Amino acid sequence: MTTLLDVRRLTVNFFSEAGTVTPVDDVSFQLAKGETLALVGESGCGKSLTALSILQLLPRAASIGPGSTIELDGQDLVPLDEAALRAVRGARIAMIFQDPMTSLDPVYTAGSQITEAIRAHRNVGKRQARERALELLEEVGIPDPLSRFDQYPHELSGGMRQRVMIAIALSCEPQVLIADEPTTALDVTVQAQILEILDRLRRSHDMAVLLITHDLGIVAGRADRVAVMYAGRIVETAPTDRLFQHPAHPYTQALLASVPRLTGPLQRLTPIQGTVPNPDAWPAGCRFHPRCPYAFDRCQQQPPVRAVADGHETACWLESPQ
Amino acid sequence: MIARPEAPFDRWRRSGGWLGVVVLVGMIAVALVGPLALPDPASQPDIVAGAQPPSLAHPFGTDVLSRDVLSRVVSGARISLAIAALAVTLSLVLGATFGLVAGYWGGWVDTVLMRLVDGALAIPRLFLLLLLVTVWDRLTIVPFVLVIGATGWFGTSRLVRAEVLRIKSEPFVQAAQALGAKPARIVRRHLLPNTAGPLLVAATLGVGNVILLEAGLSFLGVGGVRPPTPSWGRMIFEGKSVLATAPWTSIFPGVAIVVTVLAVNLIGEALRDHLDPKNA
Repeated sequence: MTTLLDVRRLTVNFFSEAGTVTPVDDVSFQLAKGETLALVGESGCGKSLTALSILQLLPRAASIGPGSTIELDGQDLVPLDEAALRAVRGARIAMIFQDPMTSLDPVYTAGSQITEAIRAHRNVGKRQARERALELLEEVGIPDPLSRFDQYPHELSGGMRQRVMIAIALSCEPQVLIADEPTTALDVTVQAQILEILDRLRRSHDMAVLLITHDLGIVAGRADRVAVMYAGRIVETAPTDRLFQHPAHPYTQALLASVPRLTGPLQRLTPIQGTVPNPDAWPAGCRFHPRCPYAFDRCQQQPPVRAVADGHETACWLESPQ
Repeated sequence: MIARPEAPFDRWRRSGGWLGVVVLVGMIAVALVGPLALPDPASQPDIVAGAQPPSLAHPFGTDVLSRDVLSRVVSGARISLAIAALAVTLSLVLGATFGLVAGYWGGWVDTVLMRLVDGALAIPRLFLLLLLVTVWDRLTIVPFVLVIGATGWFGTSRLVRAEVLRIKSEPFVQAAQALGAKPARIVRRHLLPNTAGPLLVAATLGVGNVILLEAGLSFLGVGGVRPPTPSWGRMIFEGKSVLATAPWTSIFPGVAIVVTVLAVNLIGEALRDHLDPKNA
């Protein structure tokens, strides 16, 4: 598989009077054409900032650190100027957000927002754009697109709005779709439908999908690979099945142990002790070590990333030969 | 089923808004059509007759120059409403532009613009206008409107800026950026339409303010309206000297001012209630 999006040594710094914090620290991952990579982590681990830094939509106080590269099809996006970035945003990399309730502008109809997105990057007439928008609504599984076209966001349900957001994201046939917690704000039944649609569209449009979530449950069966993030770093990357069967990093193991399972013997859920530290108080060395049941002296130093199997990497001293 | 009981004043407020609309539309219609139907107020001076009390021929009486007060009130409506509409439009454009720029770009742009506005707000508007009118004694109606408009946008710009700051952090703005929308497009297509509600309220209330301001300046004899052109404030000013003997020359334009400003403010209040999400 050819790598489409190659993120290497990405750091994001926040500057404030209190000092500099680095909520994303040395994050690397690759996304191949047609692949779904899930970026999993608790809130505050830096996964959304990672997504925003790909499009360089970071808050004003934040910036991408030196040495970071984000290559799309071999072209580094980090040094690009605003105008060049606008040509990438929406057209080559599109993004959908967590809250479909507020991600659509309340003063425009669903249809006009899709049409606007199409016309933002393509030189097409109004009528053509309208026809394309109707096709897209059909494609994201909206029944009766003709009447939905002229409805305002407040007239649509959460699931419908997220479908409209997906239609907008698809409007310019992006190579990469970043879905930042796309189903967190939705009912469980609607979650499944939305994930289904994303999966179907990934296949039919041959897109790469970066699925950002805190929910390991929606990852299984939908992502090809999973990257687990903790306190600003990726601690483990593995093919999805492998991650569920042989988690290597104690944090991943702990995460899996804290999720109820429907199959297998009945087990007591094990919560992870302690809480996620804030970016300004991250421990030295392996950032998980204060909460890790297996921690030993070496964990005071940052463990290197090692391959434990084909396509399976982790940053943990337990996996390192002495 | 539990129905939310309607607060007893809700209906009053709403119907107040509609009453305001009816009165204002009537006033605008009179201003547009009236002067065509009534005798030209300037063309019949009959100084011998002097100020006559209201009669069938002159329902509002006549002034010291024997001009029909009704005709003058109606012509005055045209002038006073036109001044208000134009000045408020100018204020809105300036206020919205400054507010959008300051709110969207933020940083030093915001700081500079808002400190300028703070400074401008510290100067009492009436005295600023009096100063300008004194310095510029041949002030005609067009510069008068420009001056009123150019001194009335400071509050509006703050209002718009506050709205922009709120809307800017809405996810749909970030979603538009993620689609590659240019800043100008985000400001025009997303921020401006979403501030339309508060702007509309500010505009209606602004109309009432400008009518009063114009009346006040004219009453002080420094308005941009020159005799014999009637404006309501000008008419009260002219009737001042005969207030004891011919009060109708001042009372009727005064009533016109009160009724119009009241109507406009009722509309403004009703719009505010209607557009405020907390009251929805």
